[in-house]
Amino acid sequence: MRQMHKKSRQSIVPAIYVFLLMVPIYWLINMSFKTQYEIGSQVTLWPHNPTLFNYAIIFSDPSWYLAYMHAAIYVLMNVAMSITVALPAAYAFSRYRFMGSRHMFFWFLASRMTPPAVMLVPFVQVFSELQLIDTHFAVALAHCMFTVPIAVWILEGFISSVPREIDEMARVDGYSLPRFFFRILIPQIAPGIGVTAFFCFMFSWIELLLANALTTINTKPIGPIMGRAGGLVGGVHEGLLSAASVLTILPGVLMIFFVRNHIARGLSLGQVK
Amino acid sequence: MVRATNNRAWLLVLPALVLIIASAGLPLMAVINYAFQDVFPGDNYFWVGTTWFQELLNSSQFRWALARSLLFCLLVLAIELPLGIFIALRMPGKSRLAGFYIILMCIPLLTPWMVVGLVWKLLINVETGLLGSALAAIGLVYNLENPVVAWATIIAMDVWHWTSLIVLLCYAGLMSIPDDYYRAARIDGASKWSIFRYIQLPKLRRVLLIAILLRFMDSFMVYAEPFVVTRGGPGTATTFLSVELVQTALKQFDLGRASAMGVIYFLIMLAVSWSLFKVMMKPAD
Repeated sequence: MRQMHKKSRQSIVPAIYVFLLMVPIYWLINMSFKTQYEIGSQVTLWPHNPTLFNYAIIFSDPSWYLAYMHAAIYVLMNVAMSITVALPAAYAFSRYRFMGSRHMFFWFLASRMTPPAVMLVPFVQVFSELQLIDTHFAVALAHCMFTVPIAVWILEGFISSVPREIDEMARVDGYSLPRFFFRILIPQIAPGIGVTAFFCFMFSWIELLLANALTTINTKPIGPIMGRAGGLVGGVHEGLLSAASVLTILPGVLMIFFVRNHIARGLSLGQVK
Repeated sequence: MVRATNNRAWLLVLPALVLIIASAGLPLMAVINYAFQDVFPGDNYFWVGTTWFQELLNSSQFRWALARSLLFCLLVLAIELPLGIFIALRMPGKSRLAGFYIILMCIPLLTPWMVVGLVWKLLINVETGLLGSALAAIGLVYNLENPVVAWATIIAMDVWHWTSLIVLLCYAGLMSIPDDYYRAARIDGASKWSIFRYIQLPKLRRVLLIAILLRFMDSFMVYAEPFVVTRGGPGTATTFLSVELVQTALKQFDLGRASAMGVIYFLIMLAVSWSLFKVMMKPAD
């Protein structure tokens, strides 16, 4: 029976879709290995004189490679902060009913509805007052605006799928709440935490508008530097910009590889059980 | 599931609440504050009541930007939802192949907004891009000065960037349907359509609503794609609300107007999301 069901779903459609998705990515990778001369002279489907020159520039110039480091630092800080605060909150939403719990669950998501564009000016002002401009912490904190709600939603789904008898058994065994979290709950939902980390990573990594506005010199992430290098308009730096873009996608691909089996479930914010 | 009432659970939520208030609450309050004031040099603030809102709602520039944002949102959802569901239905069951597809599908999702713009710019460049030069070879010029082409490009970018999210969500939903359902349907001799209509679609309802919610929120605030590729042009053809907002706030330093725009923006988003949330939280039948 399972065999038949599988067979009826085999189809060429996903293959075509994935192929089309990969065309722009292929072109990006292709461009990143070309010399500027080759890009300028003719359109070639693969680099005829493959060069690592573009990557060499990025890895030899601190203003380039440090930009990746800055992005990585604030993204990781954000992931750590989001999961630390979201875990107890998700547990509370999953297990208890308390004053305002139903509505707050929605309002958590509401903060994801505030378009970053709206927040640019007040963010810069608030963070200047707090003397946080141009620190990794500022960007990590700002990104919490959309990563914390998502983290709470996903973790709530995962925690709800852990039978509550386990809570009670732990209580009977005399576990304190923190000990219960670290010894029992976290190991139980480890894949969920992985997926949550992936989503926080994703949303923080792809957001560059706020990250750009909140940083000036010391912690500029990669996007604005790409903008400066080529004005984001084609021309003399296409190879370099392509290489830089490939390097922005790479960390995410590594992340996906580790959590690929749980991704779909996390994507539905843990609501699919 | 019955949840115990326990107001001490508040303590567990507190840290998350503090972070959200610090990261979203404070700036949002500042936005609301600005929306009712006018700022003059030297930090002089004047209460102007609802002047900004009246001005905006009467301005055709704003109404057009709002209309363009809504239209964009609708078009994107109208393409991405059916396409995403269709692809998810055709995905292979749990297997290595499915895992491989999923990894590749996630790549666009992980591409920073700005980079998406750059990737497409490289692709459609008339002289050096794959698509641009291919079209040039058959005598077509990829002309972003044509409003229809500009719109099609931005929509294609968004479809490329986000359809996978819907595919993955629906795929997760479909995977959660027990095989017994299909077996029963087969015994009853159900057609493919009725399997979809009466088994798969109801199961997908919840994930679809999440998908619509996420896609609505993001496409309504589309910014980086028009900014990088068309800069709001040709003319104002792709000047969406967010583009207009950033221009007002950062280029003209018109904080009051920009903040009023932000508040209207937020209210629309809130209203739509709240109704979706209501539907979503209804117990499934």
